Amino acid sequence: METYTLIVLLLAATIRVAAPLLLAALAGMFSERSGIIDLGLEGKMLGAAFAAAAVSAVSGSAWLGLAAGIVTSVALALLIGYACITHRGNQVVAGMAVTIMVAGLGPTLGLAWFGLGGQTPQLDGPGQRFTAIVWPWAKTAREAPFPGLLYAELLSGHNLLVYFAAALVPFSAWVLYRTRFGLRLRAVGENPQAVDTAGISVTALRYQAVIISGVLCGVAGTYLSVAASSGFVRDMTAGKGYLALAALIFGKWRPVPTLGACLLFAFTDALATRLQGVALPGVGVIPVQFILALPYVLTVLLLAGFVGQAKPPKAIGSPYGDK
Amino acid sequence: MTALELRGIDKRFRAVHANKAVSLTVARGSVHGLIGENGAGKSTLMNVIYGFHRADAGEIRVQGKPVTIDSPQAAIAAGIGMVHQHFMLVENFTVLENIVLGAEGGRRLASGLAKARDELTRLAREYGLEVPLDAVVSELPVGLQQRVEILKALHRGADILILDEPTAVLAPQEADQLFRLLAHLRAQGKAVILVTHKLREIMAVTDRVTVMRHGAVVAEVATRETTPRELAEKMVGRAVLLQVEKGPARVGETLLNVDHLEVRDLHGVPRVKDVSFALRAGEIVGIAGVAGNGQSELLEALAGTLQPSRGEIRLEGRDLVREQLDPRARRRLGLAHVPEDRLHMGVIRSFSAQDNAILGYHDRPAYNRGLLVDRTAVRSDCEQKMRDYDVRPPNPKLSISAFSGGNQQKLVLAREIDADPRVLLVGQPTRGVDIGAIEFIHRRLVALRDAGKALLLVSVELDEILGLADRILVMNGGEIVGELARAEATEERLGLMMAGIKAEAAS
Repeated sequence: METYTLIVLLLAATIRVAAPLLLAALAGMFSERSGIIDLGLEGKMLGAAFAAAAVSAVSGSAWLGLAAGIVTSVALALLIGYACITHRGNQVVAGMAVTIMVAGLGPTLGLAWFGLGGQTPQLDGPGQRFTAIVWPWAKTAREAPFPGLLYAELLSGHNLLVYFAAALVPFSAWVLYRTRFGLRLRAVGENPQAVDTAGISVTALRYQAVIISGVLCGVAGTYLSVAASSGFVRDMTAGKGYLALAALIFGKWRPVPTLGACLLFAFTDALATRLQGVALPGVGVIPVQFILALPYVLTVLLLAGFVGQAKPPKAIGSPYGDK
Repeated sequence: MTALELRGIDKRFRAVHANKAVSLTVARGSVHGLIGENGAGKSTLMNVIYGFHRADAGEIRVQGKPVTIDSPQAAIAAGIGMVHQHFMLVENFTVLENIVLGAEGGRRLASGLAKARDELTRLAREYGLEVPLDAVVSELPVGLQQRVEILKALHRGADILILDEPTAVLAPQEADQLFRLLAHLRAQGKAVILVTHKLREIMAVTDRVTVMRHGAVVAEVATRETTPRELAEKMVGRAVLLQVEKGPARVGETLLNVDHLEVRDLHGVPRVKDVSFALRAGEIVGIAGVAGNGQSELLEALAGTLQPSRGEIRLEGRDLVREQLDPRARRRLGLAHVPEDRLHMGVIRSFSAQDNAILGYHDRPAYNRGLLVDRTAVRSDCEQKMRDYDVRPPNPKLSISAFSGGNQQKLVLAREIDADPRVLLVGQPTRGVDIGAIEFIHRRLVALRDAGKALLLVSVELDEILGLADRILVMNGGEIVGELARAEATEERLGLMMAGIKAEAAS
């Protein structure tokens, strides 16, 4: 019974950790499928997290915060797009540059505006955060361990953005495989020349992809500062953007496998949190640092050995057009 | 009735005047050939027609009406379709997905795909263009991939079809099929422009032919009123020999002996099966075969870049396989190699001409001074090679990728021949090389033979094999299916043997 509750709570935590990862990974999927390496995921998320928390704190509306997060992230995405698509810049450099810039810019602006050491004010007013939505009868269902507890913890009790992320998986798959836009997107990441000769603008298509990535990163960042916690703190993305990129590769640039990868990484993360300070039989207490490194060690192992060959879109990383 | 008319098309890329007031008229229901050496301006002209480049001056008329073509989209709308030399296909897409790309007929795919499927089935019947619509493109042979490209253009309603060097990637049988298809398109009233530098194709399928040289049109004639020789002269601007003159071979001792050689690929599939032959001083042995029948692997095994799984390769008595000699050691023993794939194995594209001219021989004392490379010696050596082999422009410091295919190849040949080998392995010596340079290269190879060297020539061009070889080995499915002396060899017999019919049956 005790173990069962623990496992359910662990899974619930997994979902909460997975949501931003998934949003960012799907953002990366749209960008990379179009042939643009998305190393700016981390930066776009962080920028959105800051903007969302700041606007929500000032305006008192989580929704305005979300809008600000999306606008900021899209602006950063367009900056990357301008460098990489219009000016054929190096995609890795552009993405990293934006990430580094935002890492410094957020806290600096935060300090100037709120004077709280680079953080944003605590979001504790009504409507300033996206809070858990409790489904009907969840409270009473909790009494029955199975399936009541599953219903109460896994289905019910998450904030709106988690459900959005979940719905995004089938929707992305539909867009990618069942629509004209998806066909063109997949084509432009494989062979932009084929798209060009078919009379479609490679530039427009890639900008669209980059903007979608911006929107989704905006939601992911907002989730971090306005839903999962109550305010922005320095470096709050903590490498999630890179982890999302790893999940995307692990998921072979496909929506459903990417969901699986995100859940796996989130599970190790949730597990690591649970295991802190817990004495394991025969091992004793594992040092916190080691446990925290677990998701990343797992990533390296998975990518190195177990995934097999992850084939990226063929034209990824290479600018298109006349020199 | 005129389908396409170009008037005074002019195009410059900075200093290069790529098209000089080019005019061209293509009639409906005709196949129009466009020939010229590499760099004559054919590709630029086609890119202007297809909207990749905008002409600086001139007019394009389609079906009698002036049109502005500033993008591929505009070209497609005007009824112009293009089949590029390097296919514009998404390799991991199905045939159907490739064909509808850009003409999906709606935001959702399902209905558009269904409609396209019906339409394509009709087109396929009408033109005899059967293609498996649900196959993934990368799994199709090149000939079928090309059909996909043609279908793509027809599906978009193209009345004018441009084919850029369409046979460069095809086996002879596939090329014949393509020509039959072109004849069919002509009969349906389409206008076809065939861009090529192969005279045989021009003579075989075109109605009229336009010759370009240095960016300008130098001749336009009806095909049946001209000859290959005349066209070649117009292309090059001087008299050329299509066939190299050579005397009988003075054969000496055996230099290279190959015995029961077997080569397997990465997957363990045998590519060369039980191949044995001898190569003697003073002769050129040609290896004929359709591309992909083991010739490449054989050549690489001899050069030392592939490890054979069984058999012997003896160079003047030394067993290269047992001694596990690498390509460098083999070069030192006098076994030089001009690789088939020039750009991937013959040169390093980002290097200058002079650095490429010493690759593989860079450790020779002549090029070094102590620990350092003797730059002056390297440059003057390259200058010498460029003079001897007529490499243009004669600038050793220029990046090798700035040279045309023919000039790159001449430099590679110069490098290998100047090293004074006993045995020279040559793969596809004139692939992507202009007619003028072909003549030069062929003469050099014959001169090398007459100097008492042994040459092994691998080529998919039958003309080349027939023109140069003293003996011909035919490969099919990794085996040598027969050997013919030059005198016994005809195109028909070789063709049959290349298709896998043994020598006795083919005679």
